[in-house]
Amino acid sequence: MYGKGLKPLSITTVAMLALSLSLVFFYAPLDGDQGFIQKIFYLHVPLAMTALVGFIVGGLFAIAHLRTDNRKWDAYSYVSIHISVIFGVAVLITGAIWAKASWGHWWVWNEPTLVSFLIVFLMYATYYPFRYAIEDRDRQARYASVFAITAGAFVPLNFMAVRMAQSLVHPRVFATSNGGLPGEMLVVFLCCLVAMALLWVTLVKFELTAKSASGQVKRLRRALDAPAAGGGSRIAPEVS
Amino acid sequence: MLLPLGAPALPLDEAGKYVAGAYVVFVVLLVVYVAIMAAKVQRIEKELREVAEIAERNKAAQVAPGREAEEAAPHV
Repeated sequence: MYGKGLKPLSITTVAMLALSLSLVFFYAPLDGDQGFIQKIFYLHVPLAMTALVGFIVGGLFAIAHLRTDNRKWDAYSYVSIHISVIFGVAVLITGAIWAKASWGHWWVWNEPTLVSFLIVFLMYATYYPFRYAIEDRDRQARYASVFAITAGAFVPLNFMAVRMAQSLVHPRVFATSNGGLPGEMLVVFLCCLVAMALLWVTLVKFELTAKSASGQVKRLRRALDAPAAGGGSRIAPEVS
Repeated sequence: MLLPLGAPALPLDEAGKYVAGAYVVFVVLLVVYVAIMAAKVQRIEKELREVAEIAERNKAAQVAPGREAEEAAPHV
């Protein structure tokens, strides 16, 4: 029962997103340095953090799959990575818009934060063709889990390497010696982070529910000896 | 590459375009995702209707021979 609790979760997510957006535009003070353009921060950074944590969560589900050999965990891992990749697309686009407004360039190749995120994103973009290349469902699930664990371990290592790098332009607003975010901005940021995390969980649950429904229909067809309908995915794991 | 690190903040009318652009991108991505999921749900519904029809046909086929036998039996 993947759909259990989806309705209250969706309502909470929509309410939290609405609250966060209201706080961003009506409560959070204007940044003294960047001005109004800094409002992108409340969208871009929570999206990036949620996407990166989502990749790690996908790796953790993959560990559960390899330990238990239960295909349910493979589906969880696949969906976590899938939603995080979508979030990753949003991070890259919103980041490029912010960079253009702030630095005058859509992309800066000598900035470690940007390039490292792109590397992580491109690495996960290969997850789909990697799965697609393997026909056998069991092998596909096993190899995909190994990929998810390896890539998931790479994410925090990559993050730490970037934190240690001496960046020139990308701002460091957390845990810096000279300040960080002021209180009001921090409250709004945390609200946005919770809203994005809720959105991620809701979308994962939504996707799993749809996959489960599709799996149940296939099961029913098999029970009735009915011919299988076309259009099913070869790479998305079945959930029963 | 030289970057305008200490450049003054953009005026509101110019910054507004970028901020709106970023938030619109997020909303568009979300809407596209929901549209794709809606198409998936529609497909599942269609498949479910097909399966229900098959189940009803199977049930009718199971009931029909019994009814034929009943009708064929001589009335006393």
